[in-house]
Formats: sequence, structure tokens, C-alpha cells
Amino acid sequence: MDITVNGEEKRFEAPLTVAGLLDALELAPRKIAVERNLEIVPKSLFTQTALADGDRIEIVQFVGGG
Amino acid sequence: MSDILEVAGRKLNSRLIIGTGKYETYEQNAKAAEAAGAEMVTVAVRRVNLTDKDKPLLVDYLDPEKYLYLPNTAGCFTAEDAIRTLRLAREAGGWELVKLEVLSDQKTLYPDMEETLRAAKLLIKEGFDVMVYCSDDPVYARKLEDAGCCAIMPLGSLIGSGLGIMNPVNIRLIVEQSSVPVIVDAGVGTASDAASAMELGCDGVLMNTAIAEAKDPILMASAMKHAVIAGREAYLAGRMPKKRYADPSSPLAGLI
Repeated sequence: MDITVNGEEKRFEAPLTVAGLLDALELAPRKIAVERNLEIVPKSLFTQTALADGDRIEIVQFVGGG
Repeated sequence: MSDILEVAGRKLNSRLIIGTGKYETYEQNAKAAEAAGAEMVTVAVRRVNLTDKDKPLLVDYLDPEKYLYLPNTAGCFTAEDAIRTLRLAREAGGWELVKLEVLSDQKTLYPDMEETLRAAKLLIKEGFDVMVYCSDDPVYARKLEDAGCCAIMPLGSLIGSGLGIMNPVNIRLIVEQSSVPVIVDAGVGTASDAASAMELGCDGVLMNTAIAEAKDPILMASAMKHAVIAGREAYLAGRMPKKRYADPSSPLAGLI
């Protein structure tokens, strides 16, 4: 299935959860937040939230800013 | 003397809040934060870099256990963008205290007060503690406080301009009318600007560029720390009245 992650088109094998996506991207869930189709995915639901073809995912973190 | 700045129940010994943008490295940023004696730092929320995972992380240099992170909405031009950003910030960090800024245009980054007020009301309804970047308009400042904002943060002058406190009369009006902390946010260029803000009775100063773009950011951070303390103490001490003519400091009696 095709998923857009932070604006980049990516292809993954289904089924895939948010936790699986973070694993595949080698991202530690430390101090990040995930949004799926404009809805926040709480950290507690990362392992249960299945992704679907066409999903738009945003993964954000804190960076330096004023 | 204990002189604590309290914002939404959080107690701070330092009245200097610093940004974490524009530094050459996070390491320099961390040293500046140390030199400034800051306890609260503003941070931005941005996409994780998916291609370069070895990029240094802010959290590795400025420990969120040591510094209170204040997520901002820099770069947001609508209430919806700001709310979306802060919902993500709350999820990433796990705290409700945020800095709201809704900007109007790229050239001035002047706050769009209508959108800011609308966003503030929505965020407060969602349980956020909103410290709000705003114009130095006392009327909007009052509306933001009435809406439930926990700190009013008027600009001294435009973000990153270093022009200082352009409208001290308005800043003082905002200080006088507010029962929540007033923190000058943006415009400070050098130490005397920070001291001026504090002498006007502001509860704190938030700055980024003045430190980050100084020739020696760490020395400037130290200067700002002292300026904020000096300005605060001068405000508490109460300045002498201004006079039009000289008034000798040595006694006239006993003059030879």
C-alpha cells in the first residue's frame, strides 16, 4: 500500500500499524507525535492503529525555534 | 529574596525565557541557555527528517527534564494551523503549556490578533495553558486575558528585528491592566532593551535572536541574565522621579 509520510510517497507491505511504520523508518517513539489523516494518534494506540492505503501520516518532533 | 515568576502554576526563578532557534549548533544553544540561567525555552514543532537520521536532536542537548519546553506555533498563519501544531506538541511532549503565535505576513511576522484571539479561545477550551504572543495593543491584550490566556506576551518590536521596546507606553498600560504575567516577546536587541522591559514592570522577557545572533552568544546570554535581574530589581526598588534641573548630591551646608 502507498502511504504519504511527511509529504513523501512511500510503499509498504500491508498490514502495517503506526508502531510498525516507526520501526520500518527506524524512528524511536521518544518525543515524537504522529498524525494520521489530520487526527492525532495517541502513543498508547501506536500498536493497535492499522494504516490503510492512501493514508497521510505526519511524524513531528521538537526542534530549535524562537 | 524570593521573587518567583508563576505561569499557569509553574514556578520559575528565572524571568528570562530563551528561544532555541538560529544558533550555530545545539551545543552552543545549550551553553547559552546555561549562561542565561534560563529555566524555560521555546521550541518549534517540525517534521522528523526521514532521510538523515543522524542529525543531532534538540532533546539530546537541552534536556526537557531540566528545561521547561514551551512549544510554539511559529510559522502558523491561521488559527487552524496553530491548533493542529499544538495538538501535536501536546502529544509529543505531554504538557499543556504552549506559546501561541498566529502571524499575518512573512515580511513583518506581525501577529494577526483576530486569528490569535480565535485560536486562544479554541485552545483554552481544549485544556491548553496558552501563553500568547500579541501586538502591544492594550485592548486585545485585555481580550486575550479575558479569554483565559495564562500570560500576555506583547512584542517589543518585530520578531528578530532587535529594535527594542518601540512603544513603552503601551507596554506599561498592558502591565498595569493585567493580572496574569506580561512577558515582552520579540524585539529585544541588547541588554538595555531587556532591562527597559523589566523596568516597565514586565514579569519576564522572551528572546532568541538577540542572543543567537550576537558575536558571542554565550557572553550575550550572560549579559541578558544580568539585565533582566537588574531591570527587575530597579522596578521593585522604584526609580527616583525625573527632574528638569540639577539637585546636588553633596550637602550645601558647611561649604568652605
